[in-house]
Amino acid sequence: MNGMVPRLILRRLAVAALTLLLVSACVFFITNLLPGDAAQTALGQAATPETVAALRLQYGLDVPAPLRYAQWLGNLLTGNPGMSLVNNAPVAQMIAGRLPASLMLAAVTAAVSVPLALFLGIVSAMYRGSVFDRTVNVSAVSLVSVPEFLVATVAVMIFAVKLRWLSALSHTNDATTVAAFIKAYAMPVMTLCCVIVAQMTRMTRAAVIDQLRSSYAEMALLKGVKRTRIVLRHALPNAIGPIANAVALSLSYLLGGVIIVESIFNYPGIATLMIDAVTTRDMPLVQACSMIFCAGYLLLVLTADVLAIVSNPRLKTR
Amino acid sequence: MSKQENGRYPTEGNSITGDSLENVQGGFNRRDMMRTLLAGSLMTVGSAGLLSASGSAMALPPKRGGKMRIATQTSSTADTLDPAKTAHSTDYTRVHMFYNGLTKLDGKLGPQMVLAEEMQTNDAILWTVKLRKGVTFHDGKPLTPADVVFSLMRHKDPATASKAKVLADQIESVKASGPNEVQIKLTSANADLPVILATAQFLIIRDGTANFSMPNGTGAFKCKEFTPGVRTIAVRNEGYWKSGLPYLDEVELFGIPDEAARVNALLSGDVHWINDVNARSTGRVKSTAGYTVMETRSGQYTDLVIRQDVAPGNSMDFTLGMKYLMDREQIKSAAFRNYAVIANDQPIDPTNRFHFAGLPQRPYDPEKAKFHLQKAGVLGSTIPVVASVAATGSVDMAVLMQQSAQKIGLKLDVKRVPADGYWSNQWMKVPLGFGNINPRPSADILLTQFFKSDAQWNESGWKNAQFDQLVVAARGETDFNKRKQMYADLQTLVHEKCGIGIPVFIINLEGVSTKVKGIDPVPLGAFMNYTCAEYIWLEA
Repeated sequence: MNGMVPRLILRRLAVAALTLLLVSACVFFITNLLPGDAAQTALGQAATPETVAALRLQYGLDVPAPLRYAQWLGNLLTGNPGMSLVNNAPVAQMIAGRLPASLMLAAVTAAVSVPLALFLGIVSAMYRGSVFDRTVNVSAVSLVSVPEFLVATVAVMIFAVKLRWLSALSHTNDATTVAAFIKAYAMPVMTLCCVIVAQMTRMTRAAVIDQLRSSYAEMALLKGVKRTRIVLRHALPNAIGPIANAVALSLSYLLGGVIIVESIFNYPGIATLMIDAVTTRDMPLVQACSMIFCAGYLLLVLTADVLAIVSNPRLKTR
Repeated sequence: MSKQENGRYPTEGNSITGDSLENVQGGFNRRDMMRTLLAGSLMTVGSAGLLSASGSAMALPPKRGGKMRIATQTSSTADTLDPAKTAHSTDYTRVHMFYNGLTKLDGKLGPQMVLAEEMQTNDAILWTVKLRKGVTFHDGKPLTPADVVFSLMRHKDPATASKAKVLADQIESVKASGPNEVQIKLTSANADLPVILATAQFLIIRDGTANFSMPNGTGAFKCKEFTPGVRTIAVRNEGYWKSGLPYLDEVELFGIPDEAARVNALLSGDVHWINDVNARSTGRVKSTAGYTVMETRSGQYTDLVIRQDVAPGNSMDFTLGMKYLMDREQIKSAAFRNYAVIANDQPIDPTNRFHFAGLPQRPYDPEKAKFHLQKAGVLGSTIPVVASVAATGSVDMAVLMQQSAQKIGLKLDVKRVPADGYWSNQWMKVPLGFGNINPRPSADILLTQFFKSDAQWNESGWKNAQFDQLVVAARGETDFNKRKQMYADLQTLVHEKCGIGIPVFIINLEGVSTKVKGIDPVPLGAFMNYTCAEYIWLEA
C-alpha cells in the first residue's frame, strides 16, 4: 500500500475543496440570473416599489452581487453559513432541522436497496439467460422507466386509500415505535427503491458477468470449483470497483434528488428545503444546500474510488 | 334612530343580520329592509349545498376535544407568524389560530366585532373603536390601546414589508383615546373600514413585537411548534376570552403542494380538511363515503389583461374584439369543469351585495369580434399572449381563445411561461397576458386597488377620470341605494371600457371529512375565510 491511498485521499480532498468553491460561485451567479430577487418574491403580487426597496435594504440586497458572494464565502470559511433572508433564521439551524431526516431516509433506503440490488444482480449474473434473470431484467427496466411520482401515487392509492394499511403521509415525528417507524418509512423507501435498485442491479449483473467471462473464471470452472465459489470468491472481488461506483451514484441521488418523494409523502427533507430556497430566492440557503449536495456527492464518489483501489491488487501496488 | 347611534356597530352577540353598514347609517326604510333580506336569502342559495350538509349536525351539541389535521396547497420556508407578511391560505389559517382581529367577516361578508366592542363614526373618516375588556395575550398581558396602535400603524412603514401597505396607507393616524379606546383617522371617508380591518394582515399583535419566531396573540390557540415549510401545531388556549371556544384540543397545519397527494391524504384519513381541490378530483372525493366537496362561490377570477398603454391594446377596438372572442360557456366547462360562474368583464361577483345584475351579458360573438379586430387592423397578424399556471386556468383559457381567434383569421401565439417569477416579471408587463385576482372583502378595495387610474395593480394600465371620481364618491357614500347605483355605474364603466376580460368567477373547492362539524363558509376564502380552527369540532 505504501501510503498510496492516503496520498490519493488527500489529493482528492483538495480537488473536492476546489470543486466546491467553483460550484458555489456558479450557483451564486446563476441564481442571480433568475428573474426577481428575494424581496420581490417575498412580496409577490402585493409588491410596491417602496416596500421592495425597503425589503432589499433589510436583506442586504443593495450590496453588489460580487461583494455579497465574497461576504458569504468569508463567513462560510469561519463556519457560519449566514442567515436565511426569508425568515430571518440561521441557515445552520434550518438545515439542522432537515438534514437528519434526509440522511435517515437515505440510510434506510440504502440499507434496503443495496443488499437487495446486490443479491438480485449477482444471482441473475449466475443464472444469466434463465427465467429468473429475464424476470429481474424486465421488471428492473420497467420500474426504472416509470416516473416515481406515479409509483408513489399508485402506492398511496392502494396501500393508504384502499387498503388503509399505511398512512398517506410520512409522520416521522410519531415514529417512536418499530411499527410506527415501518409505517412511516415503508412507502417512501419502497418508492425510492423502485428507482435506484434497478440501476444498481443491472450494473452489478454486468460487472459480475464481465468477470465470469474472463479466462480465470473459465479456468476455475474447468478445475471443478463450485459456481457459488467462483462468483463470490473470484469474480465478485474483481467486480467491486464498478459496483461501488454504481452504488455511489445511486446513493448520491438519495440526498438531493428525492424532491418528489418528499413532497408526496410530506417528508420534511433537505430537497424540499432547497426548492423552497430557490423559489424564494433565499441565496444563503440555496448556497448551503448546494454545498451539502455537492460535498455528499464528492464524498460518495471518493469512497467508491478508494474501495475500487483497495479491492484491486494491481492498483494497490502501482 | 338617534344621530348619536348612527354608524354604531353592535357587539357580536346582537349583531345586525343585514349585510350593509349603510343601512344602519342612513336609517332603514321598508324597501331597504326588503333588499337586505333578499340579498341575504340569495347568499344562502349560494352556499346552500354546504348549509344542508352541516345542517343535520346542528341538532347535536358541539363536542369538545380532538386533534384536527388541516392540509393546504402551499407551504415553504417563507411561512410566517407575522400577520403583516402573511401571503396565502396556509399563512392566513395559521395566524388566525393565534391572533384575533378587531373585526371579522360573516357569511355575507358583513363585519362582526371581535376585539373591538363597537366602532362608531359620523363621517366615515374619524372612527372611535371601543376595545373589549378582559382580553389577554398568551403571555398574560392585557390587551391595551397601545397594542392596537402598534398593530395598525406598523403597516405604513415600508420596512415592515406589509402585504397590506396599500390598504394601510388610507389610515392617517391611530391614537389611544382612552383606557379602552382608540381613534382611527382616515385620509378620506371610507365606510368599509370595519370590513378592511377584518383582513388577516390587520390581526392584533403585542405592542413592540419584533420577533415572530413564536406568536404572542389573543387567539384561541397557543403555538406548540412552528417550523416554516414543515408544520404548525396549535394547542387550545385555556384562557381564551370567548368562553367555551375553541372546541378542538389541537390543530396540526401543514402544506401538501401536490394536489393528488393532498386528496389522497384526505381520503386515507390522514387529514380532515384540504383546500384547492381540482375540479377533476371532485368525483373521487364525493364517491368516497365520509368525505364531501365543499363549493364556495367567491369573487376569484382569472382575467385576460390587455395593456391599454401599448399596441395592440391601445386600440379600443382591439380590446372590445378580444372580449367578444371569449367563449365564456366553453371556458366554464372546459377550463373549470363547470365549477365556475359566468362573468361579465367586470370584477364584482354575484355574491357581492353591490353586484349589478342588470348589466347586459356580453356574449361570445365571433362576428362582432371580427368586426372590431378588423377595425383595429390586427387580422392576419400574429399576436403573442402570455399564460402561466400561476394564473389558474389561464393556459386553457389562452388555448380556447386561440382556437376562436383562428376561425376569424387572427393568430394568437400562446406563450406558456413558468409560474416561478410570473408575478414579478410577466404580470402587468406584457401587452397581452393573464392575471389571477383573489376575492377582496369589499367592492371598494377591489376597484381601488385594481382599477383606479393610480391603482398599484391597475392590471391593464386603464385610465378613466370619471371612474376615479365615482370610486371615491361611492367609498364615502352612506346611503345604500345611492351607493349601489354608483357601483352599478362603475361596473358598467369597467365592462365597457377597461382592458380586462373576465370570463368567469371561479368556484372555490375544498375537501372535508364529514366528521368535521360547525362549518359556516365565508365566500372569500377557504377554511371559513381561514378562521375555521376556532369554531369547528370533530364528531367521534
